[in-house]
Amino acid sequence: MANINRKNIRNFCIIAHIDHGKSTLADRIIEKTGLLTSREMQEQVLDNMELERERGITIKAQAVRAIYRAKNGEEYIFNLIDTPGHVDFNYEVSRSLAACDGAVLVVDAAQGIEAQTLANVYLALDHDLEVFPVINKIDLPSAEPERVKEEIEDVIGLEARDAPLISAKNGINIEEVLEQIVAKIPAPGGSEDDPLQALIFDSVYDPYRGVIVFFRVMNGRVRKGTRVKMMATGAVFETVEVGYFGAGQFIPCEELSAGMVGYLTASIKNVKDTRVGDTVTDADRPCEKPLPGYKKVNPMVYCGMYPADGAKYPDLRDALEKLQLNDASLFYEPETSVALGFGFRCGFLGLLHLEIIQERLEREYNLDLVTTAPSVVYRVYKTDGQMIELTNPSNLPDPSAIDYMEEPVVSAEIMVTTEYIGSIMELCQERRGRYLGMEYMEETRALLRYELPLNEIIYDFFDALKSRSRGYASFDYELKGYERAELVKLDILINREEVDALSFIVHKDNAYERGRKMCEKLKDEIPRHLFEIPIQAAVGGRIIARETVKAMRKDVLAKCYGGDITRKKKLLEKQKEGKKRMRQIGSVEVPQKAFMSVLKLDDK
Amino acid sequence: MMKENGHPAAGGSRPLGLYIHIPFCVRKCLYCDFLSGPAPQERIDRYVKALEGQIAAEAELYAPYEVQTVFFGGGTPSLLSEDQIGALMERIRRCYRLCEGPEITLESNPGTLDPGRLRGYRRAGINRLSMGLQSADDRELKLLGRIHTYADFLDNYAAARKAGFSNINVDLMSALPGQTAREWEETLTRTARLGPEHISAYSLIVEEGTPFYERYGETEVVPEEEERLMYARTGKILERYGYRRYEISNYAKPGYACRHNIGYWRRTEYAGFGLGSASLAGNVRWKVTDDLERYLSCAASGTAAAESGASADIAAAAAGVGAAGTAFTAESGVKAGTAAIAGNGVAAPGGAEGAAGRKAPRPEWREEVHALSVSEQMEEFLFLGLRMTEGVRLSDFRRQFGAGLREVYGPVLDRLEEQGLLVFYEDGRRMKLTARGTDLSNYVLAQFLLDGEA
Repeated sequence: MANINRKNIRNFCIIAHIDHGKSTLADRIIEKTGLLTSREMQEQVLDNMELERERGITIKAQAVRAIYRAKNGEEYIFNLIDTPGHVDFNYEVSRSLAACDGAVLVVDAAQGIEAQTLANVYLALDHDLEVFPVINKIDLPSAEPERVKEEIEDVIGLEARDAPLISAKNGINIEEVLEQIVAKIPAPGGSEDDPLQALIFDSVYDPYRGVIVFFRVMNGRVRKGTRVKMMATGAVFETVEVGYFGAGQFIPCEELSAGMVGYLTASIKNVKDTRVGDTVTDADRPCEKPLPGYKKVNPMVYCGMYPADGAKYPDLRDALEKLQLNDASLFYEPETSVALGFGFRCGFLGLLHLEIIQERLEREYNLDLVTTAPSVVYRVYKTDGQMIELTNPSNLPDPSAIDYMEEPVVSAEIMVTTEYIGSIMELCQERRGRYLGMEYMEETRALLRYELPLNEIIYDFFDALKSRSRGYASFDYELKGYERAELVKLDILINREEVDALSFIVHKDNAYERGRKMCEKLKDEIPRHLFEIPIQAAVGGRIIARETVKAMRKDVLAKCYGGDITRKKKLLEKQKEGKKRMRQIGSVEVPQKAFMSVLKLDDK
Repeated sequence: MMKENGHPAAGGSRPLGLYIHIPFCVRKCLYCDFLSGPAPQERIDRYVKALEGQIAAEAELYAPYEVQTVFFGGGTPSLLSEDQIGALMERIRRCYRLCEGPEITLESNPGTLDPGRLRGYRRAGINRLSMGLQSADDRELKLLGRIHTYADFLDNYAAARKAGFSNINVDLMSALPGQTAREWEETLTRTARLGPEHISAYSLIVEEGTPFYERYGETEVVPEEEERLMYARTGKILERYGYRRYEISNYAKPGYACRHNIGYWRRTEYAGFGLGSASLAGNVRWKVTDDLERYLSCAASGTAAAESGASADIAAAAAGVGAAGTAFTAESGVKAGTAAIAGNGVAAPGGAEGAAGRKAPRPEWREEVHALSVSEQMEEFLFLGLRMTEGVRLSDFRRQFGAGLREVYGPVLDRLEEQGLLVFYEDGRRMKLTARGTDLSNYVLAQFLLDGEA
């Protein structure tokens, strides 16, 4: 097995729209390749984070190596590289794809092509991957494999006639997929004798071994003792161990050479030194130039994170530090809020990334957090010629010092069945979208293209899309650039006190509407007090909306029945428990979730 | 364990209330979330037998006590025949020591009473009759899903007086959907003119799981201002007829406050019999299962156990409760109180096989057995005591817990006083809710919960 020829290696990934069965197919492939007994199989081998399992999406790219004995009698090494399935992690996806030579495209036999299917296929084709389709879920009553095959040929232009018809869930026809991987995906190229050139597609931090770098060797070889250099960061380390990926474990080996996928450890202390997309080379015999495509990813979305209990500030700092060891795209720096005390301004790739970090902080580090509304990064051009990148709305300079502002804009593709085109277009108009065009994919479906301001889509756009299309729309986007816009800061006053943590940036034309909804929302969220509480929205010191939380008049349990004191006490405890999740702002107690109210302005 | 505590008085006269739950009714009212429902006669009969079993089986547990009050609550206890009430009272008399002049209450529903039955109840020893009128308006009665009319009530009320009941309570309910303050006052004055000794006036709470909840959900069935107006008017009107408010929703003529209910607010110990009933003894709280079949099967076997004298387990538990309870009231402060809890936590829940030395039947109907920590006792002292119009006495707190109220609750007291919700009187020896504090009593009482260091 050690002497398997490079021509018997297949490096590939599986791409699919969410829920079309990517992870399940990966499980089946690993099962059928027989490296693992069924007993060893966790339900989904690739997604080993608890959180991922629950959300049904893959967050961190990982890889697994499996051995397949093909019908031609030869043994093949399959390196299956998993790709994150969310637009927040687009860059990671592109690096994972770059580490592959081919891709298996999974399409749901009932749903057909969706927006992510297209986006992923185009991304794969951009990386010159060989892509072949697989039709999944053929045992569903609503399956229409022939229609979907046609769709794949018409829309994507991929040969689909002999696409395997499978059910990953029920293990139908998986062999056919394996055979096609052998037949259709090319063996890796490159040369063992050239200087080392390897692409980092992921890394994880291990407290005992330091950073474990995941990479694909394009050229050359690497073994224990090789002095490796990360070309972008310039860091140099001596390799301690190289190996490949068993399912859920690391298996050390002698050497990794051109075409292989594996890992190395080198007592690296920080994932910042091993950025995804960077090129690993031999420090003593470097390659001429790094592999193309590396970029430093910048956070797209920022929010404030504060410990609910101020005394937990050091714990939050330690937790963020630990998470960052594993996640180079997580950014944080200390900040102070009048309303919330000491906390951190944190930057994320997107809202999903934010939610994942938030949940990990709460679950794994047991922290109770107050999170402020996420904000995108605005560019503020001041009259003195300076430009600042604004990540915290409350830091917006005085309007008189601002020349103009720019906001990030994305180009989005929305796939929708024709009956909902109207309502989706309406949604995009409401969100200040600029219509670019529409193509009919087939009679009943169309692809809408829009330019949309990022701040209009990061919060709830996806939910709105789903509800206005009854779940039939799918959506993908990429950052296009910055554009000038008329933006203002909306301030919220609770009991006449401005609450910095509730300020947000909004387009001038939407300020009134948003302010009004924000006041309504807060009115519902803030419990009644012993006194009346005005809630006001203001732009530049001018009040544009107001609501009032009436004073509490009555809160009495008239009938306290018999001896059942426990029930009575539970009621009081509930009341008291509620208080704990409150933030004191002046003399008003504000529930912690109120700070996220701006996210829910469109709920009805 | 702690059997010897050298406190002779404690052995004989610890006051106790008995509560007997009758979980049956003719038809469930639309707002009712109590443990109650219609049942065939055969099941009711079996239930009464099971009650007798539990009453007998637990008797030894309460050997050191003297029963001050008995309360038949429901449901509709007046669904039970005079013979059945008689049998239960007989069982109680045989197994428990009753004080001189106990208060023995039976809840009843108009429409289920007749002169013969009322006379029978009197003969059984019932001396206080509680009547669930709720409203003097037939339209409102119908809305509530009650089985009777106002005329039915008047009829039963007269019969009760004639049968010799000289202590009658009438339950009324305000804040009914769509009710105006004027309509409520009509019910109130009609009732007050009849002159029952006691009136309970609750405002309707729409509870989850009731048909009312399905109909009204969380919406306000009566505007809050109107509801508070009704409450304020209730006190004023009843005062004119000679009633005084002594608890948030209870009004009585002088000398007729309900001793049994006051026991709950003052944390007198009590024993609960029947489905879902709660008990407090030796600072341990527990409940009887609310699974009817389970209760019927194990409480019935309790009869056999008690009658064959095999309830060693319960006897052992009784020793624990007696001893621990004694230590607790020995005016010896917090420490003794803690010891009492420790002693009880083991004994009362019905472990004690070790003490008994052999496997004995244990009271399997018991659930949610919880030994109260000192903090929990303090919390209860306040959130129960402050429901009383006269509030609590600071010296009682010190006597029970060996610590001053201010030491434990200083900042809370200051804040509530400043907010005008709480007031000290009698030179600061007592403390009670203000009128506003009463309106906001949940808010006020929640302030007295300590952060659960048990």
